[in-house]
Amino acid sequence: MPTLPLQEVRDLAFLARIQLSEPELADLQSELGAILEHFGSIAAVDTEGVAPMTHAVPIELPLRKDEVQPSLPTELALAAVPKRDGDLIVVPAIIPGGE
Amino acid sequence: MSADPAFWPIAEIAGRILAGEVTAASVTDRFLARIGTHDPSLGAYLLVDEAGARAQAAEVDRRRAANEALGPLAGVPIALKDMIVTKDVVTTAGSKILEGWVPPYDATVVEKLRAAGAVILGKVNCDEFGMGSSTERSAYQVTKNPWDLTRVPGGSSGGSAAAVAAGLCTASLGTDTGGSIRQPAAFCGVVGLKPTYGRVSRYGIVAFASSLDQVGPLAHSVVDAALVVQAIAGHDPRDATSLPDAMPPLTGAITGDVAGLKVGLPKEYFAGEIDADVRAALEATVAALREKGAIIVDISLPHTALALPAYYIIAPAEASSNLARYDGIRYGKRAEAADLLALYMNTRGERFGPEVKRRIMLGTYALRSGYYDAYYKKAQQIRALIKRDFDEAFAQCDVLLTPTTPTAAYALGAKSTPLEMYLGDIFTLACNLAGLPGMSVPCGMTSTGLPIGAQLLGKPLGEATLVRTGFVIEAALGLGAKRPGGFA
Repeated sequence: MPTLPLQEVRDLAFLARIQLSEPELADLQSELGAILEHFGSIAAVDTEGVAPMTHAVPIELPLRKDEVQPSLPTELALAAVPKRDGDLIVVPAIIPGGE
Repeated sequence: MSADPAFWPIAEIAGRILAGEVTAASVTDRFLARIGTHDPSLGAYLLVDEAGARAQAAEVDRRRAANEALGPLAGVPIALKDMIVTKDVVTTAGSKILEGWVPPYDATVVEKLRAAGAVILGKVNCDEFGMGSSTERSAYQVTKNPWDLTRVPGGSSGGSAAAVAAGLCTASLGTDTGGSIRQPAAFCGVVGLKPTYGRVSRYGIVAFASSLDQVGPLAHSVVDAALVVQAIAGHDPRDATSLPDAMPPLTGAITGDVAGLKVGLPKEYFAGEIDADVRAALEATVAALREKGAIIVDISLPHTALALPAYYIIAPAEASSNLARYDGIRYGKRAEAADLLALYMNTRGERFGPEVKRRIMLGTYALRSGYYDAYYKKAQQIRALIKRDFDEAFAQCDVLLTPTTPTAAYALGAKSTPLEMYLGDIFTLACNLAGLPGMSVPCGMTSTGLPIGAQLLGKPLGEATLVRTGFVIEAALGLGAKRPGGFA
C-alpha cells in the first residue's frame, strides 16, 4: 500500500470539515499511513459473492402510525443554539463576502 | 454484611431500604461523601449531581413512607457514562465540542433507571465520544485504575468501571461499540455486560457507530449486572433498531448449574500473544467450568484476525457520518468565523481531540469515492464472514469463552501510537460486529495484583446463558471480598 501523500490528508481534512494545523497534518499523514498499511491485509480476503453486512440485526424499517406525537417544545429545542434571533438560528454568510 | 453500604449488592440496598433499616437518603449521602474523599485521586466523575441525587433519594424515602410501590433499584446509587444524555444535567461525551451542553431530555435508559427507583449520582469520564481504550483520550481528565493508580482503568467506559471498583457507585452504565464495557470491566475487576445489539434503546445515547453501539451495566457481581440490564432493556419505539423481544427474567437463569452446557473455546483467541497470568487464569476458568459439568468444545472462528481491520474501517466510517452533526450551529460550542465554511472547519478543528479527528479522517478516507469498495464495502463483507463464523460455532456450543484482553491493565501512557492502542481491542471487536451479547467476568488476578477478565460471548438474545455461565466463573474464581487498597 502506498504511503499517504500529504495533499491527500489535506483533501480529507477538507472533506471532513476539520481545520488542521501543519503539525497535525504531518502527524495524521504518518499515523493514518501506518493504520492503512496494517489494514492492507483485507485486500487479499476472498469475499466474492458475500453480501455486505450493513447492520448487526436485520430489521425492516419500522413505521409508526401517521399521527401527531408529543415532541420537544421549540424553546427547549433551541435552548442550546449558540447564536439566535428569536426562533431563528443565526449563522455567518454562506458565500464569503456576501450578506 | 458491613454497616457501610459502599460495596453492598443491589438486593441488599433495595432490600434494606424496603425493610426500613436504612434510608435512601443515608445511602446516597454515604456515596456522595466517598466520592468527595476518593474521587480526587481517581478522577472517575466528570460531574456529581448532588442535588439531583438527593432529590431522587428523598422521593424513594417518601414513597416508602407512603406505602407506595418501590422499584427494583429503589435507592441504588448509579453512575452514568457521559455518553448518556441526561435532562438538565451537563452531558459532554468527554468532548470539548459539547462542553457545557445541557440536554433538554433524558435517554430512554435514564428514564427507565429513574422509574426503577435508582439514584443517579452523576456522570463519569470516558474517552472522547467513546473513541479509545484507556480513558486517556477524554478531553477533561485522566481516570486511574483503582487497583493501581499508575495504570489505566481501560476504556472507553473507564470512569464507569473505576467508579464501581472503588465503591463510588453501586453500578454504572457504559456503552460498548468495540469492547468499551467489557475491557474496562476486565481491567478494574468488575462485571461488564454488553447486551445483544437492539436489546437496549439507543435513544439519547451520543452516537459513535450506530450499527455497533449498545448500552450495558458495569457492576460488582453477575447478579447485579443482570438486575440493571433487566431494568434498562426492552423495546423502544424511539429507537428504530430496538428489538421487539422482551428480556426474559435473567436472575432466574443464575442457578449455579452449568451441567451439560457446551462451552466453546475458539482457538484463534488463544493462539496469539497473551500474558502468561491471563492464560493461566483462563485455564483455571476452563477447569472450573468442567468441574461443574460443562462440556468444553474446541471451536474455530477462522476470520477472527480480520475483525480488527473490519472494525477500524466500519466504526470510523459510521463515526465520520454521525459526528457531522457537531458543526457549531444548533448546540455545542461554536468558533467565530467570517463565513459558514470557516465556522464549520474552525469549530471542529478547535474542539475535537486528536483521536476523534483521526477516526473521522479514517472514516472519511474509507467512504470517499474511489475507495469505498476497497475499504468500506470490503469491511462489511468481512463483517458478514465473521457473523457466519459465529453462526457455525453456535451450532456446536451454547456459549464461547475467551480472554477479555491479552493483558491486564497497562501503565498510563504506555500505548504510544494509535495502532498499538487499537491492537489491544483484538478480543472484543468481533462481538460488536456480529451484534452478539458479551460479558466480562473477573476470573483471577495477576501476580502483581491486577484483575483479569474472562469474556463470554453468547448467541443473539442469549444473555441468560451469559449470566448463568458467568455466575459459575464468579463463584469459583471471582475476586470475592477483595477490594482495591485505599478504597475499601
